[in-house]
Amino acid sequence: MSTETQSRFARVWDSDIMWSFRHSPVAIVAGVVVALIALAAIFAPWIAPTNPYDPSQLNLMDGFTPPMEPNAFTGNSYILGTDNQGRDVLSTILYGTRISLFVGISAVLFAMLLGITAGLIAGYRGGWVDGLLMRIADVQLSFPSILIALLIFGVARGLIPPAYRETMAIWVLIVAIGLSDWVQFARVVRGATMVEKSKEYVQAARVVGAHPAKILIKHILPNVMGPVLVIGTIGLALAIIAEATLSFLGVGVPPTQPSLGTLIRIGQQYLFSGEWWILLFPSIALLALALSVNLLGDWLRDALNPRLR
Amino acid sequence: MTGGDMQEPLLTVRDLVVEFPMRRGTLRALDQVSFDIAPGEVLGMVGESGAGKSLTGASIIGLLEPPGRIAGGEIRLRGERIDNLPPEAMRRIRGRRIGMVFQDPLTSLNPLYTVAQQLIQTIRTHMDVSEAEARKRAVALLDRVGIPAAARRIDDYPHHFSGGMRQRVVIALALCAEPELVIADEPTTALDVSVQAQIIDVLKEICAERGASVMLITHDMGVIAETADRVAVLYAGRVAEIGPVRDVIQHARHPYTRGLMGAIPTLEQTSDRLVQIPGAMPRLNAIPKGCAFNPRCEQVFERCYSERPSLRQAAPNHQVACWLTEEGSA
Amino acid sequence: MSEPLVQVDGLTRRFDISKPWLNRVLERQSRQFLTANADVSFSIKKGETFALVGESGSGKSTIAKMIVGLLAPSAGHIRFDGQEMDFASGADMRALRRRFQMIFQDPFASLNPRWRVRDIVAEPIVTFGLLQGSEITREVDRLLEVVGLSATDAAKFPHEFSGGQRQRIAIARALSSKPEFIVCDEPTSALDVSVQAQILNLMRDLQDEFGLTYLLISHDLSVVRHMANCIGVLYLGRLVEVADAKRLFLEPQHPYTRMLLDAVPDLALSGRRRKPVLGEIPNPIDPPSGCAFHPRCPMAADICTAETPLPRVTPTGQAACHFAGQVGEVA
Repeated sequence: MSTETQSRFARVWDSDIMWSFRHSPVAIVAGVVVALIALAAIFAPWIAPTNPYDPSQLNLMDGFTPPMEPNAFTGNSYILGTDNQGRDVLSTILYGTRISLFVGISAVLFAMLLGITAGLIAGYRGGWVDGLLMRIADVQLSFPSILIALLIFGVARGLIPPAYRETMAIWVLIVAIGLSDWVQFARVVRGATMVEKSKEYVQAARVVGAHPAKILIKHILPNVMGPVLVIGTIGLALAIIAEATLSFLGVGVPPTQPSLGTLIRIGQQYLFSGEWWILLFPSIALLALALSVNLLGDWLRDALNPRLR
Repeated sequence: MTGGDMQEPLLTVRDLVVEFPMRRGTLRALDQVSFDIAPGEVLGMVGESGAGKSLTGASIIGLLEPPGRIAGGEIRLRGERIDNLPPEAMRRIRGRRIGMVFQDPLTSLNPLYTVAQQLIQTIRTHMDVSEAEARKRAVALLDRVGIPAAARRIDDYPHHFSGGMRQRVVIALALCAEPELVIADEPTTALDVSVQAQIIDVLKEICAERGASVMLITHDMGVIAETADRVAVLYAGRVAEIGPVRDVIQHARHPYTRGLMGAIPTLEQTSDRLVQIPGAMPRLNAIPKGCAFNPRCEQVFERCYSERPSLRQAAPNHQVACWLTEEGSA
Repeated sequence: MSEPLVQVDGLTRRFDISKPWLNRVLERQSRQFLTANADVSFSIKKGETFALVGESGSGKSTIAKMIVGLLAPSAGHIRFDGQEMDFASGADMRALRRRFQMIFQDPFASLNPRWRVRDIVAEPIVTFGLLQGSEITREVDRLLEVVGLSATDAAKFPHEFSGGQRQRIAIARALSSKPEFIVCDEPTSALDVSVQAQILNLMRDLQDEFGLTYLLISHDLSVVRHMANCIGVLYLGRLVEVADAKRLFLEPQHPYTRMLLDAVPDLALSGRRRKPVLGEIPNPIDPPSGCAFHPRCPMAADICTAETPLPRVTPTGQAACHFAGQVGEVA
């Protein structure tokens, strides 16, 4: 059994995609950064010095402590300083990244689910089903996606009773970003599906009368996943930024559970009064995360494109 | 080296080696390929896919796709080496001294320009003639390759022509600068049977008229049989047999060539089963030691596994890379 | 042995190639149709090989697709073992579907690259629910050996095989539902000659062993000559000649058949000069009037441009030509 798993590991390590990864310095650096950020986010409760969600741990007197300097009143020192409410900036970044990543990944998965389903059906059925789905997509594409997310967010807030708004906010955010982002998945999957469905292996399945759902899921889906992974990765960077934008605009997650975008919004209020660190460090974290994910997406696109190899 | 009765060859290829450095090691796609083409001669180059016949053509015209590279041997055109020329010098030879006809006419024709523009431009790039003179030549050439109403149709775009007509235009384009050698890579493969014969005839006649030699690359023995003077059979990047068409087809000496000839169904034959060669041509990363054909050969013996046979004279003008031939004639 | 297994009657297929509705309205165009097949009728006897030959645009693949239900006919009937094929009725067709299969042209596209050979070959077995569990594995292993591969190949992926081996896998898949009738659409045109010979020999062996009936679609007359008992020649969607295979090559009854035979390269170097054929295949969207072959036909007369010839009985079968029977023997 152990030889089996080892050879499997060796096979993956030696595969074309891993070889391409090992020979791309940019991809390695981006991959390491993403992995570090993701690990830090996942283990935030264990590595963060304080829990920024726990009001009992906060001391308002600690507010506006500059990085690496003792607080003028309490004498407490924080590596990256504190914000206006005395929350440790490092801890809020760790917890905030957690929320940003969670929202980003969930939104992309939701968009993927919608887009792949719509794309598979449109591409395989063709005809008026295809026409209808793609016209909806066209209409949606003629609006900026952030506007659509704002619209969905607004409608959702109107529908949800005030008592649940705080707890539901994060889910509304995921649905809003996901709905604003499904179109590109649908288009790519539709195009790839139209190519695959004319291939003879699909015809062979049709000759024996295989059910269309089975053909779509077992035959076509595995063969269209390559480009989906690429835009999924790049879409993740966009979703993280979209979440930050919405939170920055104040319609995202509540300030009691700050994401990176919320932190940046809080920070920018104090930039000109001299408390630069509240804005700078969350911004660097967001930039590093979005940029690394984007670079990984670019590398993946090149690695999966046989023409560039 | 080759047939003693031959005049000074137009093209000489000696021990040509083409390699593809890949991440899992270097693949040797052509391994010591040698042949000559005499002036005015049609040399057929036949082989299965992956045997290296198109690569040979691409090496001669300096259009190897990277990472492929010539790793050994030499190519001479009228005695002058052309395998190590700088790209600019090679570009002048291409089109002027060596014309090209590819399988898909659309790769040779630019869809954005009319046939007249492409022909005239090619003529004037390589020859010092006026626009009007170039056009006159172009019309005459199109007429010669069998385009009806050439003077009118010359101003059409490539997509206005049918597949067979397009291939005629490509032949005109390949010949418009009066090259000494035409390399035709599967010129009829994309065409219907009824059109194939027309194109082969045009190519053969017009080259004969102008004294151009032809290197005809194809997987179709039938086309070779009708067109070529001599034929080279390629197997796994090596020349297995080379000689006059009639000899090779009727008295094939290499077991591979014999198997190949038997495997082709013909209208004349009546037997129920075709001769079949077991297995398939090895992939480039798994070419066996010794003779590359040894795993599939019915007459294999010890020497075939250890030593690679080189081309030996088996009959006048007829060379075979097989240990059997060597022993038989020695 | 001699009753027909498959009967095709008046099979016609039109494709709507009109531009989208809005363009048609703006450009004042009417709908455009391409007739891929018109009124094609033939029958295939049990245990025999019927071949359809034709050049591009002859609609030979369209017929294959209609027979296996990949395309719906615009008109006409297909009967299988006396039963009408109606692909719209799912339940009734299920039992019929098991009895026919298809082998495709491109062995690189006909196997799903993400599936293991075991799953590819087993797909018809699983879809029809013929066997369960370990029986499937055993049957797949057996089928792979029948087509000249080994049972250890079952765990591999298609990309690990050469073109010829892939075609063997495709044949194993076609055999797995134990069909009586296999439609072979250009089964060797993507293969090299030495491999083509292996596959053609294999197909003949399997026919003898399992009593299979084949419909062979090909553009290669030599392949057809080698495989078929009966041959249908298609030109621009119409069946111009149907004849016994041996006699078709000796006594072609239709000028187009004659022309095709003349165009086959002479490999035996017998000195038979291949006759260059006049002209090219017309655009099937706008075929010539009357007999579609008349612009290229050396025998064309006035009647040929005016009237579409109906099939008439000839000594060797039937031919759709006003001058059928006067074509003469091959030189």
